[in-house]
Amino acid sequence: MSESLVIVERELLQPTGLQEIDVQRVLEQLMGPSIDAADLYFQQSWSESWVLEDSIVKSAGHSLEQGVGLRAIAGEKTGFAYADELLPEALMHAAGTARAIARHGQSYQLQAWQRDRSPSLYSSADPYQGLDASAKVELLKTIDVYARGLDTKITEVTVSLSASHENILIAGSDGTYAGDVRPLIRLNVQVIAEHNGRREMAAAGGGGRFGQQQLLADDAWKEYANEAVRQALVNLEAVAAPAGMMPVVLGPGWPGVMLHEAVGHGLEGDFNRKGTSAYSGCMGDKVASELVTIVDDGTLPERRGSLSIDDEGVASRCNVLIENGVLKAYMQDKLNARLMGVESTGNGRRESFSCLPMPRMTNTYMLAGKSNPEEIIASVEDGLYAVNFGGGQVDITSGKFVFAATEAYRIRKGKIAEAVKGATLIGNGPEAMRQVSMVGTDLALDNGVGVCGKAGQSVPVGVGQPTIRIDAMTVGGTGE
Amino acid sequence: MNVRMGELETLEYHRDSGLSVTVYRGQSKGSASSGDLRPESVLNCVRKAAEIARFTQPDKFAGLPDKDHLASSFPDLDLWHQQELHVDTVISNAMAVEAAGLNLDERIVNSEGGGFSASQGISLLSNSDGFSGRRWGTNYSQSCAFIAADDKGMQRDYWYDNKHALTDLDSFQTTGEMAAKRTIARLGARSLKTARMPVIFSPQVAAGLLGHFIAAISGGNLYRNASYLKDRLHSQVFPAVITLREQPLLKRGAGSASLDAEGVATTAAEIVSEGQLEEYLLNSYSARKLGMVTNGHAGGVRNLKLEAPSITSEQLLADMGDGFLVTEVMGQGVNIVTGDYSRGASGFLIKNGEIVHAVDEVTIAANLSDMFMQITGIGNDIDARGRIHTPSILISEMMIAGG
Repeated sequence: MSESLVIVERELLQPTGLQEIDVQRVLEQLMGPSIDAADLYFQQSWSESWVLEDSIVKSAGHSLEQGVGLRAIAGEKTGFAYADELLPEALMHAAGTARAIARHGQSYQLQAWQRDRSPSLYSSADPYQGLDASAKVELLKTIDVYARGLDTKITEVTVSLSASHENILIAGSDGTYAGDVRPLIRLNVQVIAEHNGRREMAAAGGGGRFGQQQLLADDAWKEYANEAVRQALVNLEAVAAPAGMMPVVLGPGWPGVMLHEAVGHGLEGDFNRKGTSAYSGCMGDKVASELVTIVDDGTLPERRGSLSIDDEGVASRCNVLIENGVLKAYMQDKLNARLMGVESTGNGRRESFSCLPMPRMTNTYMLAGKSNPEEIIASVEDGLYAVNFGGGQVDITSGKFVFAATEAYRIRKGKIAEAVKGATLIGNGPEAMRQVSMVGTDLALDNGVGVCGKAGQSVPVGVGQPTIRIDAMTVGGTGE
Repeated sequence: MNVRMGELETLEYHRDSGLSVTVYRGQSKGSASSGDLRPESVLNCVRKAAEIARFTQPDKFAGLPDKDHLASSFPDLDLWHQQELHVDTVISNAMAVEAAGLNLDERIVNSEGGGFSASQGISLLSNSDGFSGRRWGTNYSQSCAFIAADDKGMQRDYWYDNKHALTDLDSFQTTGEMAAKRTIARLGARSLKTARMPVIFSPQVAAGLLGHFIAAISGGNLYRNASYLKDRLHSQVFPAVITLREQPLLKRGAGSASLDAEGVATTAAEIVSEGQLEEYLLNSYSARKLGMVTNGHAGGVRNLKLEAPSITSEQLLADMGDGFLVTEVMGQGVNIVTGDYSRGASGFLIKNGEIVHAVDEVTIAANLSDMFMQITGIGNDIDARGRIHTPSILISEMMIAGG
């Protein structure tokens, strides 16, 4: 049995007086005679964040949540209810509500529980362990002083430190009995720079599923402050981005958010089961340039998007989505996998006990290629080099995606030229992936800041890629 | 409740309860929240907030609202319309919405489903100055999303309605058909040549555009120097024909409330009067930071309506002549600090006031400051489903980037 499962049983179940037999009884109540599958998702989580603004640590908040989500599935139908009281009566009542969905279906037997043995990919310790409240305050003040000292043009600094710690227990009618203890920490530095009547904002940060010692080792926060200040200063000098179609070079690391939007969402199992994705029915087809291999990998130790087990108790995996341009797999949760006749890929995720799980990404990235990054830039006569991005968005059905560059440069005659601002890139996922003509050797993952939203649910994710060249994309600036 | 292709898909029951506590120790602030309302958890929540306030630093602007700004009357805004709904009724409502669109046209080939939801909520706000106020409301919504296909590919679109009273909802037919018609209209979409041209924002995207203006005049962004409208109070930010009127006490209004999120009374106001910016949107804290007085905007704006001499949407298209009608925007390319705006867009190419073809995969870009000053026409097709109520807006020129 996994260490996490022992911890979760001790910390989540024991204080409520709930026994394994009670959990089994609720699951039986949820199953009834006509349900195909059912599961219970127990969650207990706290989060705490501290914010510095105007050079004082002016606010901090603590939040505690716990509850149980109960799901009953009959064919393609799902009934869902939850209880925020961990009491047998509340659970039995919610179970009755959730199974109201089922009118037809076959009789199904509960499988004997198989205690999950997946090793954990991260520590079970409180991520703030060893950093008390006054030390947090001192840390934020130190970062503020440091960032302001970097350049006299910096007029505002906001620093935030946040962490959460979750205990998860999943019990399912298919015999799933699994637990996970999930730490998550993040530090963010945002600055405003002013000069000659112009004002620009920039931010940088990082984190992951580890503790504060690792986040703060070797003064890693200095890198975030340096980066935020550097970006703000670059943007103070930036001119309007061009408008029109041109070759685009995307830098390594965080620009992988483009893959998340352009490809990742379209390969989620629910959209493909329903036939609503631009990638529906394309399994085995060539959907990208042969230089492109993309994976979704939940198994990277301590990464923000990683999970020892997903929110349905399935051990996460490294799934190859596109290999040498050929579509190899969709990302699946249990429901969509069953309906499509495949296995879950360990991508069933949910924001909390009060939401239903769906196929979601973990850490999505493109594998390294053979081109030298300098050669890639040198290959462009006139184009755009985009190295940092805000968020993006995709229309799964038409495949259209958009994302906004927060740091970008014009490439002129193979050389990086002036900085440009306000460059939004728009394209069509499959089309953009066919236009990838060079892939660099410099694969990098992001620093651990990604949040993905789908159907109103937010989950932490990671992205990454090497430097890549896309031959033609629409750049939406205001300039010529 | 969601149904898809005539079959029940998900049935969800949500029951949320929670408590948030803010403690001021002198002028140091701590907050805590809990989803667990058992007495010992509530006590822990208060203790946690108090403990945090021992470590945060004093902020001379922090604290409760001044007593004389707190709401003292709580008029009935007609927001509570409780209705017993059997689960079978809810299922058949969702099915009726979907069916109305699914069978409208053979090019509707797939559905993301029809949805129906009913909710009720109540919140109580109390503070140690003896204030106690309540907000309450019911909400009903129905929605539908379809996929249409032709030989050029698939397109998706949706429609919804959202009201405090069930009887105020559009008919199932209206919502379902509107979703289907919007989806079909997008078929054959293609990009445009890069060019400058006039742009009409349909009411749904115009509300989002005004949302950026709201963000830029919000106290939090102003005191952080993070707004392109800093120091622009009492200056002209819209053409003189435009007034932005806020009516927080509107009966059955989507955003109505007699008190804001910290208990301050809300009042009707002209935020923009004949083109001039007359009010920032302030809560107690941002007001003190700016040396001003709160005007009840903790938690945002409530029923903000764009008023101007209007014409029909057909006339507005005719006035534009040749240009781009935007019905959807995508992405996050809006910078409130500088006003730079560049977003993905889809909609329709207009020639001589008539739709020529559907458009997607283009971006529209300009600076917010110029965009609002360059509004040259207003439709009469106000959409009041959200907190911002706007008609179609014609902007005389933007940069369109495409193929």
